[in-house]
Amino acid sequence: MDRNPMRRQLAIMRQSLFDQGYLDEQFIELEQLQDDANPNFVEEVVTLYYRDSARLILNIQHALERKPFDFNKLDGYMHQFKGSSSSIGANKVKAESTLFREYCRSANAEGCMRAFQQLKKEYATLRKKLEAYFQLARQTGPLETATRPK
Amino acid sequence: MMLGNCATSSSLSTESDEDIVNNNLTVLVVDDSPMIRKLHDMHLKKFGLKVQVAENGKNAVDLFRSGASFNLILMDKEMPIMDGAEVTKELRTMGVTSMIVGVTSLDSIFDRQAFMEAGLDHCFTKPLTTENIIFLLQELNKKNNEEN
Repeated sequence: MDRNPMRRQLAIMRQSLFDQGYLDEQFIELEQLQDDANPNFVEEVVTLYYRDSARLILNIQHALERKPFDFNKLDGYMHQFKGSSSSIGANKVKAESTLFREYCRSANAEGCMRAFQQLKKEYATLRKKLEAYFQLARQTGPLETATRPK
Repeated sequence: MMLGNCATSSSLSTESDEDIVNNNLTVLVVDDSPMIRKLHDMHLKKFGLKVQVAENGKNAVDLFRSGASFNLILMDKEMPIMDGAEVTKELRTMGVTSMIVGVTSLDSIFDRQAFMEAGLDHCFTKPLTTENIIFLLQELNKKNNEEN
């Protein structure tokens, strides 16, 4: 099977994740750690991220169902979530986390609710895009070098 | 962001990468996040370091009590059972002189300062970067040279 068109498609897909702001430089740091001995390292780390962070999302969800809001607790959960998201370069998710925390600090309940809904959207969108990317990468074989986005 | 002895890119020496890659140094990564443990494990091994991981602070303390020793300990702050500050204090009380480096997502200067005061040598933002690791290896080399 001619892999060149698939490799091009993979490169385009990867570039668009950066161009559209879904990923930042930290993702490139992960790619640079991947090698022949650990060819699926990035996907494994991302999988662990989604596993870890699902628990935090659930905690935040439950905390938002209890009134009045415990803004300190919410901020604490989101702080952890933001840290995890930063570790894989989840740029938009990180930005929504920051916004949520600002609403917590100003005790803005409606703001928190809105920000959380948006965060969940970005989180789910990124997951879909990364799943598609890794699926294609497995079929194609990895791109040869991790390069910074243009 | 770091507290303690801070490294900037301008303060890094011109030591070559070959000098920095060290096959004898041992590192303990203490973090309750499987993702962070995997990330740091991989990153540190790229520099030739021998890495062990501990899922929480109590496991880290138990390792030292059983006679293990490490050149470097990377310590998360927020962990169940014993948090990073408690573990650091306990290890220092036990007489552990390894370099202990906080790796945390704490963003309050006050919280970071409190973590440093528990007995850390340095504190970095999670996750560790290549620059951070190079800095730490240079500091470890300096420490080893002073002790010999």
